[in-house]
Amino acid sequence: MIAALIVTAIVAFALMADTTVPAVARRWEGLKARRRAHADGVPAYDPGRERRAEQRARELLRSCVNDEEWEMYRDLGFLRVWGGQAMGPEEGWDLGGAPYAYLVYPHKPIVAYLPQTTQLLNEYCVEFPDDTRPFGSVRLPDSDDVLAKWMALKGDEQRLIASANLHLPGRQVDPRKVARDLWRLRQWERTRMERAARAPREASGQA
Amino acid sequence: MKFLRMRPGHGEQLIAEGDPAVDADERALVEEFRRQLDAGMWAAVPVRSRTGRREATMVQRFGDIPRDTDRVIFFPRAAGGAS
Repeated sequence: MIAALIVTAIVAFALMADTTVPAVARRWEGLKARRRAHADGVPAYDPGRERRAEQRARELLRSCVNDEEWEMYRDLGFLRVWGGQAMGPEEGWDLGGAPYAYLVYPHKPIVAYLPQTTQLLNEYCVEFPDDTRPFGSVRLPDSDDVLAKWMALKGDEQRLIASANLHLPGRQVDPRKVARDLWRLRQWERTRMERAARAPREASGQA
Repeated sequence: MKFLRMRPGHGEQLIAEGDPAVDADERALVEEFRRQLDAGMWAAVPVRSRTGRREATMVQRFGDIPRDTDRVIFFPRAAGGAS
């Protein structure tokens, strides 16, 4: 009886080890990394600080982009930026005059696509690492990352694209997610246009 | 004119402020502008187009900053991401 219980316990432990050991190891590594960072004088991770930083970043983003772009980011979590090059995002392309655009996600590659057909063109992997690591991390707050991409695309699209690592669609951003986001964007724009069309009628009805 | 710098864990930080019409302020702003670019920052100026749309322009020289702008935003230079 005791032997059976011991065997059962060993089997149960072996089965659980598959899931618990990696989790425990990750926690242990995280703890060691935090101790190392603390010893190096890097302040400990503070979720409140990160939240406040993100809040400031959102305010800055809001103050820089157009109203509909801000609302798009607020509601959908990404921005669409129209491409500005005549022939396409990169030298040597010829899209035959078709407009192209980028989807800008926080801390994800920029996805170029053709709005008319929703065909994905490329992923441009780009980061803005701050090597001064004021709090141990090189990553800007999410909204700062989006704003940096927006400003760079608006101000010098070619330089940003030339700085990026180019990948075919689907390398990092799931094409199914992009397709879903493009559908969400169309719905969002339709609702926004309907609301805008309704507003003057309602205003005149109240007058 | 304000110089703002995006930083991890901070959001933007005010790093310099002054009136470029005042010589001493302008010198300090030029110096800070160079320091930021030498440190690997890119500089962008939020602007409005003729149609009223909000846009941004990248500047690589202090002289390129529109005189009527109220802020310049510095952020780390772009680098190719996960390859």
